[in-house]
Amino acid sequence: MANRRLSDLAKTIRSKNAGVDKYTFDVIFADRASYELVRESGVLSREAVCRIFGIDAARITDHVAFDPALAIKFTIARPTPSGSPGDADIFGAQQYGPLLDIEVPGS
Amino acid sequence: MPTSIQHGRSANHTLRIVCPNGHLGFAPIKKGSFQIGCESEPDLICADSGSCDVGPVPLGSDTSSSPLQWQTDDLETMLIASRRLGVPMIVGSAGDTGTNSRVDLFVGIIQELARKHGLKKFRVGYFYSEVAKDVLRRLIDTGDTVAGLDARPPLDIATLEETDRIVAVAGVHPYIRLLDQGADVIVGGRSSDCALFAAPAIRRGFPEALAYLYGKLLECASFCAEPYGAKESVLGEITMDDVKVTAMLPEQRCTVASVSGHAMYERANPFYEHFLGGHIDMSRCCYEQYDERTVRVTGPRYVPASELRVKLEGSGKIGERYVGIVGVRDPYTIANIDLVTGWARRQVAERFGDSGYQLHFSVYGRDAILGASEPRRTTPAHELAVVVQGVGPTKAIAEEVAMIATRQMFYARLPQVKGTAGGVAFLLDEVMPASPAYRWTLNHTMRVDDPLQLFPTFITEAGV
Repeated sequence: MANRRLSDLAKTIRSKNAGVDKYTFDVIFADRASYELVRESGVLSREAVCRIFGIDAARITDHVAFDPALAIKFTIARPTPSGSPGDADIFGAQQYGPLLDIEVPGS
Repeated sequence: MPTSIQHGRSANHTLRIVCPNGHLGFAPIKKGSFQIGCESEPDLICADSGSCDVGPVPLGSDTSSSPLQWQTDDLETMLIASRRLGVPMIVGSAGDTGTNSRVDLFVGIIQELARKHGLKKFRVGYFYSEVAKDVLRRLIDTGDTVAGLDARPPLDIATLEETDRIVAVAGVHPYIRLLDQGADVIVGGRSSDCALFAAPAIRRGFPEALAYLYGKLLECASFCAEPYGAKESVLGEITMDDVKVTAMLPEQRCTVASVSGHAMYERANPFYEHFLGGHIDMSRCCYEQYDERTVRVTGPRYVPASELRVKLEGSGKIGERYVGIVGVRDPYTIANIDLVTGWARRQVAERFGDSGYQLHFSVYGRDAILGASEPRRTTPAHELAVVVQGVGPTKAIAEEVAMIATRQMFYARLPQVKGTAGGVAFLLDEVMPASPAYRWTLNHTMRVDDPLQLFPTFITEAGV
């Protein structure tokens, strides 16, 4: 079977500030099978997140699978505090773009 | 399934709150679902009005990011309902930032609205959250650490000096005190979003763990419901055993997915919610569909803090700011846009040297939004917009920095460019004044002995 994209499998893919020094990302699934498939595939693992955003592992402050919401959630330190001059995403609301096209093996 | 909680109150001891807006004033309350909420026997009407999402400018410059008219409209909607039903109304983090001037502004609006509508006399309670720089200077001088959050170093005197305004984030305590003093309307300074909902519940004897969870679930109004639709009302009910939350808009439902998904919204970690006095651990929470539009949540744990530490938010001015916008369509120029901005930067440096100002280029169509984290920055779009920000100590310098950089992109010297009549397209052949540039200088905590110590409370009156 051809690989599907994360945007086909997840119900919600979003980013937002968590405080003034972090972005947090939520990838939420409508069904347990998709959630488990993505979780087990490793496409959103800490290592994968570092690769996707070109960041050091030290910038990931939290990375959890949140069963009640069928969600994978991770948080990364911002390069600059929100709203400092030069920051072009004050709310952190558009940082999730690169996640949409991730291919999920075996889906 | 039981009938909706909207129509039948639990038989046991309960407290109901309707929340019409997750950020009062930022976008208007939708009145239809609020009306339904008001018909569902609420004991209070509560909404938060603050957020550090709006960036450091409003706090630093002591302004609101919300228009005065929208703030007035939302307060009017809540106040009229609150007085008609005879239930208290609580607004937290007044005017986006919760500074003293924003609290005074909201108290004034409430008094003016009371006059306008000829409302019978009622008590207005309010508290302040600003912290004077001298308080922190003394702390640092006596060796008490003002600890940094999120990997920030402890506060030093230099950073404090660069700060214009500081607010402390209150817990439930000033709200409880003002309710005890008989306030009918409370306008809060900066406070944790969950505190204004948790306070009346804790005061009525409900368990802390459930009370804070109650606040966490209600604070963003319909963000905890689906389908997505902001500024609609939700109704919460707390008992000694559980918290229930119901969407008031007929087209929306609270579902296990929407409520548990909301529990992690804009927090670094979905399991913990921190506030002055402790945190709740939500890792063992159980979410159940209670009725068609209601979710029931049980199982949070309250963990009191071993030491009282208050969160501090501070903003400091960097300088005045001007903004220019240019476009690029030539593929060769697009491929070499860094040479173009580099040229422009050098022209600014020739005039002003290398320091004493800031110059930023946001390259839309390539990597403006993600910067170095953009995986596709090597394949930019067929046209780019470059937004130039010049920041300097005076308006004149900021304007000139932005103007040199914007105009010199037009004259950038690329070796093989075909177009020699101008390197960029101007949307406007000018630069525009913007809000001054600020930065978040404080995201710290300080120790206090008394949770009310930084939050003086006051009672006044409104109405006739």
